[in-house]
Amino acid sequence: MKPEGVVRIGAGAGTSDDRMLPALELAERGDIDYLVFECLAERTVSRENLTRSKNPELGYSPSLPVRLRMVLPTCIRNGIRIVTNMGAANPVGGARAARQEAAELGLGDVPVAVVVGDDVSSVVRHHPELRLIENGEPLESILPKMISANAYLGADVVCEALDTGAPMVLTGRVADPSLFLAPIMHKFGWSYDDMPRIAQGTAAGHLLECTASVTGGCFGWPGKKDVPDLAHNGYPFADASADGAIVIGKTPDTGGRLDVMTCTEQLIYEIHDPTAYITPDCVLDITGISLKQEASDRVRVEGARARPRTDTYKANVGYADGYIGEGEVSYGGIDAVARAKWAAEVVRERLRRQGFVYDDFRVDLIGMSSLHGEPDKRPEPYEVRLRLAGRTHDRKAAHAIGFETRAMHMHGPGGAGGACEPRVRDVLAVKSVLLPRNLVNPQILVEGSL
Amino acid sequence: MSVRVYDLAHARAGDKGNTSNISVICYDARHWDFIARELTPERVAEAFKHIAKGPVRRYPLRNLKAFNFVIENALGGGVTISLAQDIHGKSLSNVMLAIELPDPPQ
Repeated sequence: MKPEGVVRIGAGAGTSDDRMLPALELAERGDIDYLVFECLAERTVSRENLTRSKNPELGYSPSLPVRLRMVLPTCIRNGIRIVTNMGAANPVGGARAARQEAAELGLGDVPVAVVVGDDVSSVVRHHPELRLIENGEPLESILPKMISANAYLGADVVCEALDTGAPMVLTGRVADPSLFLAPIMHKFGWSYDDMPRIAQGTAAGHLLECTASVTGGCFGWPGKKDVPDLAHNGYPFADASADGAIVIGKTPDTGGRLDVMTCTEQLIYEIHDPTAYITPDCVLDITGISLKQEASDRVRVEGARARPRTDTYKANVGYADGYIGEGEVSYGGIDAVARAKWAAEVVRERLRRQGFVYDDFRVDLIGMSSLHGEPDKRPEPYEVRLRLAGRTHDRKAAHAIGFETRAMHMHGPGGAGGACEPRVRDVLAVKSVLLPRNLVNPQILVEGSL
Repeated sequence: MSVRVYDLAHARAGDKGNTSNISVICYDARHWDFIARELTPERVAEAFKHIAKGPVRRYPLRNLKAFNFVIENALGGGVTISLAQDIHGKSLSNVMLAIELPDPPQ
């Protein structure tokens, strides 16, 4: 049962590759008012911009049709409004695809409020003097290779989109917590002056933005941190009250766990200075937060503080930066590691003799030292998978890594098995700039009739 | 006698660009002062020296029985260009958990 006077915000996705079904369970059984899908990683918008350049109707999240098809009947029937950044590099195109899904499901003309204006590529082209946050160099250095530039918009414009009354709000780049804060602001009429409430809502958004990370995903450890029925873990929601009270819960009758431990891990996740977590809505301070187990699978969040939002938007600039090539092959049994190391030397020598050069090159012994390094200090495993990877601006050089690694079957040390096909991927690098707010102009469009 | 961070705390790693942040959360609040004394940024930097150039900063979160370690230059140039298998450094929390601390807590 949902407590009186709360608005319940459900988390339906926390990354573009997030699982699908828990969102449907949340919509069906969670008694939620809003379902939020957060589907954009750092470079997703760049990737989708490339897709859009090949087909102007695409460029929204590839998972949009299947996610919406799954939940739309339940959401429309129960009046659950959907908020999502699955518009990616083409929110208007995404809205059209969403409306088509609704029509094909027999749900009629479903209007969609679209947030645009996060695309700031034309703005930054006129400001080559802006400094990259990561290395202080001028933006000019990557402008020729730029694929996309998108500002992290805040909850205010999403809130405005909700004010249209449309059952669905589709955006491009919006800061993750802002997607969750927006429906709470909309419901209770909060403004950016309501600082303690904005802080609480932002903390709730941060707790929800990685879905299962707060309900036992990315957490369990056998015998130490057990998670019941992890296979069927449920997605979380936040119950928000007008005074800023927040309680996190999860879909009834699902597996997983939601407690102070899972919430603490997620609260600190991807935070640097805990007194200054900067979002477009505020500068959040989590150091005063306390978490209390209120009931089974219910955790109360208290004590979030914040300072007013900054006068800039952060924008991610995506650019093409060459290729990464990879190859893998396995060795097992006596002297497996010695043969793998020898193979690595042979592959590198063959690449060198062909004149290929790499900006960065890496040799991994999977099963031994590929995650935490220090091969000389690790015990030798029975079998090992050799992986070679290199970054280069020459596509042929990238491909040659996998090609020469695969050739270990016939041209390397004895007993090589199971090489993979050569792999090459485009490098979509991302750097960031801060844009004065007056350079960014978020707007609402409505597809369909309200 | 020595203990590992693993015995007293749990941890999760996150990424932003080329920076890793790793939470260390005490199971028991009474161990917070011990961790504060022993798990210094210098000790963490030493444990990560073959992975991360650093610097390492530590932020206390007493209310949450926790610390946040922010380790710079830790992710092979960052998620988008890293050659690592684990580009996000999600597994790096286990390097933290394996750190040995010299004195057992009271």
